[in-house]
Amino acid sequence: MSRHRMIRSMNYEDEYYDEEDEYSRSVEDNYCISPSTAAQFTWTREKNVNFASYMNSEEVIDEGDEDAEEDDSSSRNSLNDSANSARLRLSDVDQAKLNSCLEEARNILGESVSEAVMVDVIIQNQYNLEAAVNQLLTQQDVPKPQREPRQRRNRTQAPPASNSGFASATVTHLPDDNSTTFPCPTECMPSTMAALTVTTSGPTVVTPSASSAKGTIGFQEEDVPAVPRQTPSTSPVAGRKPGLKMKADTASLSSTFTPKTGSKKATGIGTALDVGDGEGTSRSSADSSLRSAVESMGLEGDECTIQASVDSMKSLATSKTRSKVSKLDVMAEYAKRHGDKDLLNLVVIGHVDAGKSTLMGHLLYQLGSVNKKTMHKYEQESKKLGKSSFAFAWVLDETEEERSRGVTMDVAQTRFETAKKIVTLLDAPGHKDFIPNMITGTSQADVAVLVINATRGEFETGFDAGGQTREHALLARSLGVGQIIVAVNKMDTVEWSQERYQLITKKLGQFLSRQAGFREGDVTFVPCSGLSGENLSKPPTVPELVSWYSPATTLVEQIDKLRPPVRPIDKPFRLNVSDVFSRVGSGFNVAGRVGSGFVQPGDKVFIMPAAMNATVKNVYIDDSAETVAFAGDHINMTLSGVDMVNVNIGSCLCDPAFPAKSATKIRAKIVIFSIDVPITKGFPVVFHYQSINEPAVIKRLLSQLNRNTGEVVKRKPRCLVKNSSASVEIELERSLCLELYTDFKDLGRFMLRSGGHTIAAGVVEEVFVVLTKIIFTA
Amino acid sequence: MKLLHRDMDKNNSGSVTLIPEENEDMWHTYNLVAVGDTLRSTTIRKVQTESSTGSVNVSRVRTTLTIQVEGIDFDTQACVLRISGRNISENQYVKMGAYHTLLLEMNRQFTLNKQEWDSIALERIDQACDPAQHADLVAIIMQEGIAHLCLITPSMTLVRAKIETSIPRKRKGLCDQHTKGLHRFYNQIIQAFQRHVNFDIVKCVLIASPGFVKDHFMDYLFAEAQKMDDKTLIENKSKFVLVHSSSGFKHSLKEVLADPAITARLADTKAAGEVKALDDFYTMLQTDPDRAYYGVKHCERAAEHQAIETLLISDELFRSQDITQRKRYVNLVDSVRENGGEVRLFSSLHVSGEQLGQLSGVAAILRFPMPEEDGDEDDDSDDD
Repeated sequence: MSRHRMIRSMNYEDEYYDEEDEYSRSVEDNYCISPSTAAQFTWTREKNVNFASYMNSEEVIDEGDEDAEEDDSSSRNSLNDSANSARLRLSDVDQAKLNSCLEEARNILGESVSEAVMVDVIIQNQYNLEAAVNQLLTQQDVPKPQREPRQRRNRTQAPPASNSGFASATVTHLPDDNSTTFPCPTECMPSTMAALTVTTSGPTVVTPSASSAKGTIGFQEEDVPAVPRQTPSTSPVAGRKPGLKMKADTASLSSTFTPKTGSKKATGIGTALDVGDGEGTSRSSADSSLRSAVESMGLEGDECTIQASVDSMKSLATSKTRSKVSKLDVMAEYAKRHGDKDLLNLVVIGHVDAGKSTLMGHLLYQLGSVNKKTMHKYEQESKKLGKSSFAFAWVLDETEEERSRGVTMDVAQTRFETAKKIVTLLDAPGHKDFIPNMITGTSQADVAVLVINATRGEFETGFDAGGQTREHALLARSLGVGQIIVAVNKMDTVEWSQERYQLITKKLGQFLSRQAGFREGDVTFVPCSGLSGENLSKPPTVPELVSWYSPATTLVEQIDKLRPPVRPIDKPFRLNVSDVFSRVGSGFNVAGRVGSGFVQPGDKVFIMPAAMNATVKNVYIDDSAETVAFAGDHINMTLSGVDMVNVNIGSCLCDPAFPAKSATKIRAKIVIFSIDVPITKGFPVVFHYQSINEPAVIKRLLSQLNRNTGEVVKRKPRCLVKNSSASVEIELERSLCLELYTDFKDLGRFMLRSGGHTIAAGVVEEVFVVLTKIIFTA
Repeated sequence: MKLLHRDMDKNNSGSVTLIPEENEDMWHTYNLVAVGDTLRSTTIRKVQTESSTGSVNVSRVRTTLTIQVEGIDFDTQACVLRISGRNISENQYVKMGAYHTLLLEMNRQFTLNKQEWDSIALERIDQACDPAQHADLVAIIMQEGIAHLCLITPSMTLVRAKIETSIPRKRKGLCDQHTKGLHRFYNQIIQAFQRHVNFDIVKCVLIASPGFVKDHFMDYLFAEAQKMDDKTLIENKSKFVLVHSSSGFKHSLKEVLADPAITARLADTKAAGEVKALDDFYTMLQTDPDRAYYGVKHCERAAEHQAIETLLISDELFRSQDITQRKRYVNLVDSVRENGGEVRLFSSLHVSGEQLGQLSGVAAILRFPMPEEDGDEDDDSDDD
C-alpha cells in the first residue's frame, strides 16, 4: 500500500523530467536525422546521380536470384563487384580513355544501357569507341531469343517480360567473368594456355536443352571441361549444383559474342583451381604447367572474381563430401609429393648428457644442413664460454639459457634429407625435469634414436633406476614409437672397445624387447661418436672400430632402413597446437603436427575447445608455403577470422564436419609402471597428452585388468599397485580435446605423471562429452 | 581467536563467546558453526519505518541479533563468513522469524550456542585459541607458463593468484619471442606477488619449480627489485627459499612441503604434518595393503576391531549439513581416540586435505593387517 501511496503523492514533473531537461541533448535530437546521415543516405536531385546505375545494380542482383536461388550470397556479391573491380584495375591513362569513350557512348546510346555495361564493353574493345557501340547495339538485339530458355528454366520466378535493362544485364554479367580475368592469364601464362588447350575440349556452345535440372547433371558428367567454373566446387551439396550450372550455361550460351579465348581462360582457371584443390578432374601430362598456373592464380586469387566465388562456395561445402570426392586425388598428390623419399618424424631421446644434441648437431653438419660459417661461429663462441665440446649441440640448442647451461630444455625441430628419407628431427631434452617437453616431442614422432653414453659408469647411471634411459624408452614405446635405433655414443672414450659395446647392446636389447615391448627386429644398434663424428654419415675410419664392426652400417644408413608408418590421411583433419606465436608480417601462427587428414590454405577449421571457426590462410612446411599438408607433417599455419587469445597450446584444430570431442572426464585403460606408491582413487596426476600437460585426478578405479589378456581381474579395486593394468576414470581440470584410441591411434594415447615420475601410460576408451560447456579463457 | 566466555552444562550444551582476530579464525568459525545452532552478534540492519501519514523512512541501524542458523557461506578469497537464518529474539527493529544474514567481522565478538558441543568442536576452539605464533608461508609454484601464488597458514592454503600465459616455444631464429614471453610471464608473477604478499606476516617465501625456472625467476625478481628500488623486497631476500618441484600445478605443493630442507625450516606447520601423514598412508598401502584402509565403511569396521593406529580424516566431513552424518564421524573419531589411536584432522583447504577428500575423506593406517572382506564392493560407489 505504501508503495501506491507513494506514487499518488509523487510529483511527476520532478521525478521524471528534472534530470533530462538539461543534459544529454544534442542538435540531432530535434531533427529526425542528422545532416551528415542525410547527406549520406538521402537522395537529392542536385547531386546529379545517374539513375541507370541504380537500376542496373538491382537488375544484376535480380538476375543472380533467378539464376541460382540456392546460390550463396557471397558469390553473388562478388559477381556484382566484378564490374567495379575491372574498373579499379585500370591505369590512369586507361581511366582517362575510358571516361572519354563513356561520354561519347552515352551521347549515342542515351540511358538505355547502364554505365557498368558500357564500361565492360569498352574495356573489352580496348577503348575503341566504334566497336564498343556496335557491340552494345547488337547486344540489345541478341539476347531476345535467349530469354526463352531462361524463363523456362526458372520455374519459380518468371522475370518481367520486356526490359532492355534486364537483357543487357544478362549479357553484362557474363563478359564480366571473362573480362576480369582477361588481363592476367594471357600475359602471365601462355604456356599454361597451350597445355590446357590440349586437355580441354574447348568451349562449346551448349544447347538450351541442357537446361533442365536433370539435364544439368548429365551435362556436368559428360562435359566437365566445358563448364569449368563448377568443377572446383563439384563438392557442394547437390541442391546447390543446378543453380551453379545454370549460371555456367548462360555463360556458354551467351558466349556467341565473347571471344573464344575468354571462356578458354575460364576453363584454364577452373582446371587450375582443380589441381589446387587436389580434386582435379582433368589432370594430365601438363601437370607441372598446371601447378605453375595454380601458383599464379593463387597470387591473384583476391582480385579474381571467379576465384572468390569458387572459394566461398568451397568453404561452404561440407568437408565431408569434399574429403570423399577428393580422397583419391589427395592420395595421388600425397604419393607424388614425397616421391621416392619417405617422410619420417624422428625423435632423439636418452639420458641427460648422453650427447643427443651433439650427435644430431654433428649429423646435421655432416649432411650439409649447417654451413661451415655458422659452425665456425659456434666453435669460436663456445670456446669463449669454455665449453668447446658443446659447439655441435649449439646447432640445436638455440636459446641463451640452453647454451650457457649446456642442457637442452625444449624440443628443437629441424629437417634434413638423406638418400631415401626426409627426416623431421626432434631433439628432446634428457634432463628429468624436462620430461614433459620430451613427451611433447615424442608424441609427434614415428621413430626414435635412443642415445646411450658408452663411457664407463655413465651408461650405468643412465640405465639404472633414476636414470632417464629406461623412462625415455618406456615413454617412447607407450607413445607409439615402434622402431628404435640405439646409438651407442661416446665410443671414443672407451677406445671403441668391442666388449663394452656388446655389454651395452646385450643389456639394452634385453630391456627393450622384454620390458619395453619393442619387437626384436625393430631394435638396431650403432656404435658412434657424436663429437668426432665417427660412423654418422660416413663409414667408420678408426682402426679400432673397423677391426670388429662389420658389416659397418652408419647411423644414416640405419635411419634409411626404417619403415615409415601408415598415416591416417583418410581420417578427418586434426591438428593439436603445440605452439602459438606471432611473426612479423603474417599475423599469428600456430604450429603443430597434423595428426590426421590433410589441410589446405582456404580450408575452414574449427577450433576446439574454444568452439570457434577460423580459416587457414597459409600452410608452411619448414618455412616454405605449401598447397596441402598431410598427416605427419609438422606445419605452421596462419589463421584468419579468429583472435590469438582463443588459440592456446593444446587447442585442437579440426574438421568442422567432424569436430573433436572435448571433455573433462574420460574413461581410459592404463598400464602402470613401477611406482613407489600405489594409485588410489583421488590420486592427483599430471595428464600429458600431445603438447599439453594438465592437472587431473583419478576419479574412480573401475577394474583391474590382466596385463596381457586384458581380462578383468578384480572389479573396483581399492588401489592399483605397480606393474598392473587397469580401467579408470580420469577427471581433468579443464576440458581437453581427446580422441578415442580406436578412432585415432596416435591421438588416443596419453601419459600420467606424478611427483616427477611417469606412473602410467594410457589409451582413451571413452570420452564423456559435456553437452553444455562454458569455456573461460584465462 | 579469543575465548571470552564459555558456559556449558554437563550435557555439553551451552554457548561460547569468541572474538576472531585474523583471517584464519574465520575458517575455524566456519568449521564450528553448524545448521541449527544459534548465533548472536552485532550487525547492521536496514530498517523501514512508516509514519502515520504513510511516508516511509529507511534507515540503517546497528543492532544485536540472535539467529537460528540456516545457511553458512565462506568466501576463501576474502575470508568472509556470512551466516543466514531467522531471528529468534524479538527486538525493536526486527520481528521474530525475520530473515537476516550476519556478516561476521574481525575483532567483533559473537556468541555461538549449540545443543551439543562434540569433541571435534571443542578441539577446534582449543586449536583456534592457541596463541602460538604460526608461520605464514608464501609459496610460488611455477613452471614455464603456469604459476600459482599460494598463501599457506596452519589450516588454510589459499591460492592468491593463478598466472597462466602461453609462451612461444623456441624456434629457429625466433628465440627472442620465447625470452619476451618468459619475461612477460615473470612480470605478471611479480605484480601478483607485490599485490598479495605482506612481509610483516610472511615468514618465508618458497619458490618451487622444475628445472631452472625458479633460479631464473629469482634472478629476474631481484634484478627488477633493484631497478624499481623496491626496498622491502631486497631487505627480505633472506626469506626466499628455492625448492624443487616436479610441476607448476597446485598439487605439487605437496612435494614442496615434504622436502626435508623445508620441513626443518617450517618446524611444525600443520600442512607439512598432514602431507607426511598422507605419505605414510600411501607407503603402507604399497607395502602392506591390508593395513591401509579408506572409505567410511571400511574404517568403521576397522575401528570396531580396535585396529586403527592413525586415522586421517578431512574436516569437510564435519561440515555436513546432516546431523546424523556428522555424529557418525564424531563417533568414529572418539572411538579411535578411546582405543589409543591417533587422529589427524586434515584441513580441506590444504592440498593433502584435498587429496584425502577425493579419497572419500577418511583413511586409516591399521595396527595389524585385516584382510579385506569381499562382497561390500558397492559401498564405494555412493561415496562420490
